[in-house]
This record gives sequence, C-alpha cells and structure tokens, in this order.
Amino acid sequence: MLGARAAALRPGYGFVLSRAVGPFGAFLALAFVMQLVVVPWAGPFYEKLLMDIGINCLLAVSLNLVNGFTGQFSIGHAGFMAVGGYVAGAVTYYGSFVLWGSPAVHGGFLGGGDLLFLAGCLVGGLFSAGAGYLVGLPSLRLRGDYLAIVTLGFGEILRVLLQQTNDVIFVPAQIEAATPWQMATALGGALGFSGIPFYTTVFWVFVMLGLLLIVAFRLKESSEGRAFLSIRENEIAAEAMGIDTTRYKVRAFVLAAFFAGIAGALFAHETGTTLNPRELGFQKSFDIVIMVVLGGMGSISGALVAAVLLTVLPEFLREFADWRLVIYALSLIIMMRFRPQGLFGIREIWELWRKPPGASPAGRGAS
Amino acid sequence: MALLEICDLDVHYGAIHALKGVTLSVEAGQIVTLIGGNGAGKTTTLRAISGLLTPSAGQITFDGKRIDGRPPHELVRLGLAHAPEGRGVFANLTVDENLDLGAYTRKDAAGVAADRDKVLRLFPRLRERLLQPAGTLSGGEQQMLAIGRALLARPRLLLLDEPSLGLAPQVVRTIFDIIREINAAGTTILLVEQNAHMALRVAHMGYVLEVGRIVMADRASVLAASDDVRKAYLGGH
Ligand SMILES: Nc1ncnc2c1ncn2[C@@H]1O[C@H](COP(=O)(O)OP(=O)(O)OP(=O)(O)O)[C@@H](O)[C@H]1O
Ligand SMILES: [Mg+2]
Repeated sequence: MLGARAAALRPGYGFVLSRAVGPFGAFLALAFVMQLVVVPWAGPFYEKLLMDIGINCLLAVSLNLVNGFTGQFSIGHAGFMAVGGYVAGAVTYYGSFVLWGSPAVHGGFLGGGDLLFLAGCLVGGLFSAGAGYLVGLPSLRLRGDYLAIVTLGFGEILRVLLQQTNDVIFVPAQIEAATPWQMATALGGALGFSGIPFYTTVFWVFVMLGLLLIVAFRLKESSEGRAFLSIRENEIAAEAMGIDTTRYKVRAFVLAAFFAGIAGALFAHETGTTLNPRELGFQKSFDIVIMVVLGGMGSISGALVAAVLLTVLPEFLREFADWRLVIYALSLIIMMRFRPQGLFGIREIWELWRKPPGASPAGRGAS
Repeated sequence: MALLEICDLDVHYGAIHALKGVTLSVEAGQIVTLIGGNGAGKTTTLRAISGLLTPSAGQITFDGKRIDGRPPHELVRLGLAHAPEGRGVFANLTVDENLDLGAYTRKDAAGVAADRDKVLRLFPRLRERLLQPAGTLSGGEQQMLAIGRALLARPRLLLLDEPSLGLAPQVVRTIFDIIREINAAGTTILLVEQNAHMALRVAHMGYVLEVGRIVMADRASVLAASDDVRKAYLGGH
C-alpha cells in the first residue's frame, strides 16, 4: 500500500491529463447516447429538462470548487454565468450575421454554426475567468467575508450595466454598418438578448459537464486538490505546510468562473430561454449556493445530486413555485440543524460506505 | 553562525506591542526552549519566524539567509516547519491525508515514503488510525499528528508550539521522549512551552520571555537551577 501511495503522491498535470482520456471517452459516448437515443425517445420537455439539469450541474460543481474546496463564500456565481452567456451570445449572434448574413442556426452537427458556438463558449468562459481573476485577486487576499460582499456587488453591478445596453440590432444593413463596439453594447438591455441561435444540445451540455467533472475529480484526488481542501479546513495550518493559499484560492476561483461562463454560454443558446439580466441576478446565485450547501461543501457527487434534485423538483411542483424560496430557506435551516456539513459533507457518495466503523466520513469532530 | 538568529525583533498587532527587541539564537543540532507565562509572546515569536506574521522591526536569519517578511510557503521549502499552537490538524481529512499535506513541498516520493514510515514508527497510534478523520482523534493523538505532519516536511528546524498543552502527564512524557528522539536523529528544535519543567529537562538552551522581552538566557540546566525561574515557572521554592 505504501508503494502505491508513493507513486500517487504528487501527480503532475501530465499524469492528470493521461488519466483523463479514458473517462472523457466514456463521457463522450454517454453524451452521444443521450442525444441520439434518449432525446428522440423522451421528447422536447425532457430534452429541455436534461439540458437544464446539465447546466445546473455545471454551475453547482464549479461553485463547489470555491465554496466547497477552498471554503470561501462566493455568492455571485450567476454573475459569471452572465459574463459567459452574453459574450458567447454576442459572438454567435453577431458572428453569424457577419459570416452568413443571418443569425439562424447554420449547418448541422460540428458544422460551421456549431464551431462558432463552441468558439463562443470558449471565449465566454475565458472572459468569465478573466472577470473571476479581477474580482478574486483583491478580495481573496483578505479574509473570507470580503469575497461574499465583493461577489454580490459584482453580480449586481453587472446586472445594472447589462440593463443599460442598447437594443439588439437585427437589421442586416445596420449590422454591416456597426462598429464592433456598437455590437458589443447592443445586448438588449432590460428586455434581454433575444435572437441568439439555439445551438445548445444535450450532447454539448454533457460534454462540458464531463470536462468539468474530470477536472474536478482529478483536482480533488491530486495533491493540488488536497491543498484546496486544507485551506478550507485551516488556512493558517495550510500556510504552515508550505501551501501558497492566496494563489490556490485565486486559481479555484478563476477555474470556477471559467466553467460558470461556459454554463452561461450553454444557457444563452438553449431553446426557450432569453438571456436576461434579471434571470441571472442574485436569486440565481442563491439557487446555486443552495445546491452546494445541500450537497455538502466539497462533495462533487453531492453537488450533482443536489443540482439534479433542485432542477427536477420545481419542474414537477409548479403549483408550489411561489413557495420555492420559503421551502429552500426552511430546508436549509433544517439542514443546518441536523446535518450542517450537507448531505455528503466533504466526501463523495461512494466513500460513505468505504470508511471504517466509528469514522463518520463527514465528522466534524473537535475542530 | 547559529542555524537561526533573531536580532532585535519587534512585532505589533495593531497598537499592541507584542515583542520588544527579542534576540535569540538556535544552534544547529540543539533543542532550544522558549518559556514564559500566558501572553508573553511565545506564539508570536514562532509565527514571526515561520512567516505567518511580519515583524515591524529587527531581523531573522535562517542558515545565513534573511527570512523576515518572507511568506511561510517559501520558508517551508528552506527547511522550516511549524507545528502551530492548538495543533491545527485538518479535521475533516484523514490522518493519511494530513500526513501527505505535511510533505506537500517535497518532490522526492521515495524519501517521503521512508519518512512516513519513520513517523509512523515514532507514533504507532497514527498507523492504526490512518483512515480516520483527524478531527476524531484524541487531543494527544492530534498533537502526535501535528508533530508527525511537520516532520514530513523533513525540516532542519522544527518549531513546536506547546506540544504538551492539555495532555495527560503520561502522554506529555511520551511526547517529550519523542521530541528528544527527533532531535537525536538530527533535527534542530525550537520548543515553546509553558511546562517549563519538562522543557528545561530536554533542552540544551533556554530563554525566558516576559511580556515581549527576553529576561533570561542560559543553558537549560542553569535555568532549571536558577531561583528566579524556579519561583516563577517551576512552582518551586
Ligand atoms: N491576533 C492578535 N491580535 C491582537 N493581539 C494579539 C494577537 N495574538 C496575540 N496577541 C497578543 O500578543 C501578546 C502575545 O501573545 P502570544 O500568543 O504570543 O502569547 P503566548 O506567549 O503564546 O501565550 P500562551 O502561552 O498563552 O499561548 C498577548 O498579549 C496577546 O494578547
Ligand atoms: Mg501561545
């Protein structure tokens, strides 16, 4: 056992990558099956539900990197989603006009339109990661609570700014005459950014989710990931172990923002949604926080379970829509009272059965 | 030149002047103890050495290099390990994972595995509890874990902050035996203690800190025999 330990001691990024190929292949296959078998069979309602589930899983698992792994408290995740969504939306909408003269879906699977969409996702993710760096660097140097305030402020400022943008340009002649700056500031304002082509499919959502899950699990297993968890456990002791805590916190934050940006891009191109500043406001951020808290801060599978539950339940309990926030708040209070570490605590679901007796996997013990 | 030299060190917490011109040195291969009452500034001194605090004046030299003001994650790589006050184990991580984090800065997997084995031989209790969350260990076991974890950084200088705090006399004796063993194996130790009696028994040199100032410095045996120290810290007569 000790020999194996030594080999696995400090997996570098190369090692991490090589071990990611297999799981990613599996995810690709799964995404194909979902798209080609499940979607035609289940119909459009479930297709949309599956996409919503996948997007919320992306959001919950990525926020978990910050709130769960490093123990920071970010409550502005929807802001990063908005950055990614608007940037990607602008890329595909105006890009389609420039390339093909209309914003309609162009080409089939992996056709020109799909590639533009993927480029949009990537650019959206990168912009969001950049925003994460700008927001995270100053506040992560300070104590935990500052981050909550700054992320909250970031989301609100972004919402106000987006509401000030001009109407979307939809006349080809006007677009031809517009400068890039004019396009970048014509994002629909308070009414929302309508007209973005619907490129998001169950396939793409689950490919992105697969990517994130591989990154997240590899992180958690590696010594880098151990470093993240130690920061959350005890920052001073983590420093004393030689861990550059600020750098790790910023890294987690930027990574989380990147995937939130991709989630936003997927959301922006999903059938039946209009990208709208109000929808990506504080309430959305709060929903994501709830998923992470319910699932267990630090548990990836916990975040997945909570994200699926909290996407599916409201869908089938529409009569109770008005009560949603009350129910959330109540369930949080009950949770804090009886299981403050969340459903699965810091551990993964399958680890719950693996521990020796007496060692409660999520035990807080004397801390 | 000594392994660690501290010269005229001042530390402030806002308006509180916690250390006032502290000067001390730790010779390579020795155990040096820093004793003093509550609030004397012992923990503050260790934190300044390991980089968790930035001193407002003075110098700290480790192995001939100025280290004051440098962040802790750089100092660990230079060979300084700190087992902080109150143990600071990662409660939700297993004993195993805690030990791994101790070796965080090291790249030599084989050396780490060997040191791990040494630590587990030193603390057989930990071997039995490798998969248990550290938060569920007893106080004494957590202290062993904190020391073991610090050792996995293979430090040249180990800073121990009150390893005997809150432990039963039997366990305190075990811990001090182990401290001696660690030192005999070549690690220099700066030991902060309220238990002056035990500390002066294992140490070569001792310093007495009172409200931020060093008031005595001598060989440990001399301090143990001194009337002032006996009265103030050994409950003697
Ligand atoms: N974070 C802080 N903020 C303000 N004052 C502090 C802080 N930490 C310590 N002090 C003050 O600095 C002085 C020295 O504290 P320190 O913790 O170094 O004492 P100590 O010798 O380790 O005591 P003990 O044996 O009780 O642990 C005390 O007066 C304490 O109140
Ligand atoms: Mg102290």
